[in-house]
Amino acid sequence: MSATDQSTDVIKATRRGTAARGPRENIMSRTAAMVIMGVFTVYFLVPIWWLLVAGSKDTGSILTTNPLWFADFQMFQNIGDLFSYRNGIYFQWLRNSVLYAGLGGAVATFLAGMCGYALAKYRFRGREMIFNVVLGGVLVPATALALPLFLIFSKVSLTNTFWAVFLPSIVSPFGVYLTRIFAAASVPEEILEAARLDGSGEIRTFFRMSIRLMSPALITVFLFQFVTIWNNFFLPLIMLRDESLFPVTFGLYAWNTQLNQLPELRSLVLIGALVSIVPLIVAFLSLQRFWRNGLSAGAVK
Amino acid sequence: MKRTQTAAAATVALLSTLTLVACSSTSGSDSATSCQPAGEPVTLDFTTWIPGIEDVVDIWNKANPDIQVKVQTGPNGNGGTYKNFFNQIEAGNAPDLGQIEYDALPNFRVQDGLVDLGACTEVMAAKDQFVDWTWSQVTLGTDSSVYGIPQDSGPMALFYRKDLFEKNGIPVPTTWAEYADAAQKVRDLGGYITNFSQSDINQFAGFVWQAGGSWFSTSGDSWNVTLDSPESLKVAEYWQGLLDKDLVGTYPAWSDEWNNAYNSGEVWTWVSAVWGANSIASGAPDTAGNWAVAPEPQWTAGGTDAGDWGGSSTAVLKGSKHVYEAAKFALWLNTSPESLTALNKAANLYPATKEGLNLPALKEGVDFYGGQPIYDVFAEASKQVVPDFTWGPTMTQVYADGSDGFKNAVSGTGTLSSALKDVNASTIAALEAQSIPVAGG
Repeated sequence: MSATDQSTDVIKATRRGTAARGPRENIMSRTAAMVIMGVFTVYFLVPIWWLLVAGSKDTGSILTTNPLWFADFQMFQNIGDLFSYRNGIYFQWLRNSVLYAGLGGAVATFLAGMCGYALAKYRFRGREMIFNVVLGGVLVPATALALPLFLIFSKVSLTNTFWAVFLPSIVSPFGVYLTRIFAAASVPEEILEAARLDGSGEIRTFFRMSIRLMSPALITVFLFQFVTIWNNFFLPLIMLRDESLFPVTFGLYAWNTQLNQLPELRSLVLIGALVSIVPLIVAFLSLQRFWRNGLSAGAVK
Repeated sequence: MKRTQTAAAATVALLSTLTLVACSSTSGSDSATSCQPAGEPVTLDFTTWIPGIEDVVDIWNKANPDIQVKVQTGPNGNGGTYKNFFNQIEAGNAPDLGQIEYDALPNFRVQDGLVDLGACTEVMAAKDQFVDWTWSQVTLGTDSSVYGIPQDSGPMALFYRKDLFEKNGIPVPTTWAEYADAAQKVRDLGGYITNFSQSDINQFAGFVWQAGGSWFSTSGDSWNVTLDSPESLKVAEYWQGLLDKDLVGTYPAWSDEWNNAYNSGEVWTWVSAVWGANSIASGAPDTAGNWAVAPEPQWTAGGTDAGDWGGSSTAVLKGSKHVYEAAKFALWLNTSPESLTALNKAANLYPATKEGLNLPALKEGVDFYGGQPIYDVFAEASKQVVPDFTWGPTMTQVYADGSDGFKNAVSGTGTLSSALKDVNASTIAALEAQSIPVAGG
């Protein structure tokens, strides 16, 4: 509570400060900026609005009524149908997605953080080569790796299992890159020296101290990886056969391709898409706070 | 001729045996080509995209404790499942059974992804249960080979707005010439008689099918490509004429505009397959009760030919160790009345068997069509489908190139006929690129 008050005060103070002393932009450029931002906001929000409206309709009125305004509000009934259809398979998909993206993102962040930190803070033979190889990994699209991965996983009989999607998800070359850059900039050598002099082991130093200094980067990596896994569609498409292992994106896609046979699925696909963006929104809103704090913490220095 | 075939068959058998030995994960080396019961309880994997099929498979599993079927559903064939089948066949872990549409079977056949069920006596004995043309869709022009069990079919008929035709005193067309006349009258009233599907050329294939044309045929091992056959061009010129006079709508198929055009009464008819009955009912709910179904318009007055649009088979995929059991299940799934009734109820599948056409569920009147027992029309149409239409091994490419050409024709650059000629050439090139022999190419 008091923390919020404080930060509001800070914002107010900053605003006042800007108004008093900051460079004044002319009204034209400010209006132009607002208009451009407004257009983009509308551009990004209209599809979500459409989805919200479509999710509240029954199958018949989705196609026949104004797509941008409510007709027969029965969103809750639709949600009920969605969760009861085929013994709640949708809920299972949602859980799978949260598991793949949440757990996978966390493990990926952890590994990338350790790797990036080691590359930034320790000198050893082949360090640059390893980093360059990882950097090369950023350039290879995940889609291109899906088929080779499938053949490898087939050899060890891991296709159509949880691991087939989870294991490839915990690798994040971009995360290594980002954490290395960030660790180099935000974890000062002096602090590490001090920790060593005080008798703290390297591992303890990492977990106790460095990881906190790196937290803005780690949050960023987690968010990126979370979204990447959540949206990764091709890998589950190739790896999974068993419906109970599908992530929500792939499951909805499968329903969508069955529309010709069962048009009634249309309303479930739409409400399913709407419900499936809720976890993403929650993840962003709840982590955004850490993100901003972290960035400003770095900036003060 | 006969001898080369036998030699070829022997080579194929030998090669597949070698492959199996090379993979060495299979137990009996010739289990893939013979059709013997395993003599022990088996579990089969079955991949399909029919919504609600789990309940149907449950019926089987309860009655057959020794042949348990694990069903997996995913996206439809072209939505990824075919690609997965190919990958899995490559990796040696394909499911025992897979759903494959008729137009994709030749592709799997050419890539050697299917088990020939010709050795299974039960399968060969079931031939007469199926509507003739569906059986020829799975034998792929051979006498003694069967590459899948026909599952469902999509015989075509004319869906039309009964109320509008009656109100305006326009007779329901029985020939394509009458259809064109009616198109003019409907246009004068501000509507379109139908919508020409530019993006989905499957419907066009159904028209060619009805006209007695075929896009492919085989002679021995080599393929003839006849996308620009006289029948095919006749159909193309007919629709080009309607397009030129602006007598048909050109909304992209399955889009919201397309549904709206039907729902608002702007478009009056749709020549479509039996499953189209539900597409209209869900896409144009405001027009409930105003539709009816009549036989497809004919090229010659008094003719009785129908086309087909869609339909799939249950195939046994390469690498299955339990061909006998898989074939037994596939036969039950696609011929037994209890299964056909359940499939029809769950996913509106229209059976491919003669008996199946008479299911009690398919005798009832349908409210959306003013209580007309519409499936009687389709049962009649199913018997009238021309039996010789053959699909090619590169249909994905044909569809893609075809819809590109058709889109150009609809937007006024080029014609449907020139598009077909182009696709014919590009298809021959595609076959040759895959080293598939082309006759006279």
